[in-house]
Amino acid sequence: MHPPPEVHTDHLHGTQAAFADALWAGALPPGLAAPQPDEVVRRFGVYRNNVMHGLSRALERRFPVIARLVGSEFFAALARSFAAAHPPRSPVLIDWGDAFADFLARFPPLAQLPYLPDVARLEFARGSAYHAADAAPAPAEALVTEDPGRLHLRLHPSVHLIASPWPVLTIWRANQPGHPPARIPAHHREQALIARTPALEVIVEPLDAPSHAVLSALQRGTRLAEAAGPDDPAAALTLLLRHQLITHIGETP
Amino acid sequence: MMSKPKTTLTLAASIATAMSLTGGHHAEAQEATMEKCYGISLAGENDCAAGPGTTCSGTSTVDYQGNAWTLVPTGTCETIELPAQADGTPRMGSLEELDRDLPTG
Repeated sequence: MHPPPEVHTDHLHGTQAAFADALWAGALPPGLAAPQPDEVVRRFGVYRNNVMHGLSRALERRFPVIARLVGSEFFAALARSFAAAHPPRSPVLIDWGDAFADFLARFPPLAQLPYLPDVARLEFARGSAYHAADAAPAPAEALVTEDPGRLHLRLHPSVHLIASPWPVLTIWRANQPGHPPARIPAHHREQALIARTPALEVIVEPLDAPSHAVLSALQRGTRLAEAAGPDDPAAALTLLLRHQLITHIGETP
Repeated sequence: MMSKPKTTLTLAASIATAMSLTGGHHAEAQEATMEKCYGISLAGENDCAAGPGTTCSGTSTVDYQGNAWTLVPTGTCETIELPAQADGTPRMGSLEELDRDLPTG
């Protein structure tokens, strides 16, 4: 029997790390060769371009409304800037883009479009909701109790809440694929709930400000009585029940 | 803390309203008939398909860091009407002439 071939693991890892670093840097990795020496830069450029192009397309799929709002040419260049500043930390691209909204907020060429970061947060929340952990809905009958003041609800892990000084939900809806462009006055606040239903549908529901406050408090673990405060929590509870977003109903002593 | 908690009665009324509006169907969660497709969305984009008008080695080299950013947004953002700025100048319609405060160097 032949002994297994000797694998130079350290050398391989070093080569891969240098190759990966050079994808993002100006210099070439050491050790490259081509039939014509001046081809080396061009040939390595194929790798650089493929990585950037792939990331740009992945980002556009995650943020299609942002892409539509700024246009595809601008978005492609924007994606390159973002990828250079925030390259993926893992091969799982589902998680990539969590820093995009903050990046947009600090990106000087977009300073005149201040609603973009919150639209990006809404788009990222939809993807996060879709991939959130599974959790079975709790039986609603447990809400009927002698002392509802002690009720304690746990919301589904896919629940995301957004409150924006801009009409992000209106902007997001008006910029779905195929919608003709419409003039939108951006003069008011909007709140939204994003979550995944048991049928695996990602919903985006408008919220009034009191319902947003109630749901935010519930999400922080506040008891229903305190979460409601002076407001009527019926609208928030109706939304939770309709979409089966309560996963646990308990009573604190 | 939030303000004074509701009384038991009004809270019970809110719960009753929510349950009547939804028919109390929460308990009868129908079995999900769909399955999540892990790994399909955002699958690796490893094809050499840089798009029409480009080559695989890349011709688009817009580099924000190099102070070479010359693009303006050209999508539907122009249909969204922002409130005027504090000095009364409109927010939209002047994207091309912005002083972009680009980093130097």
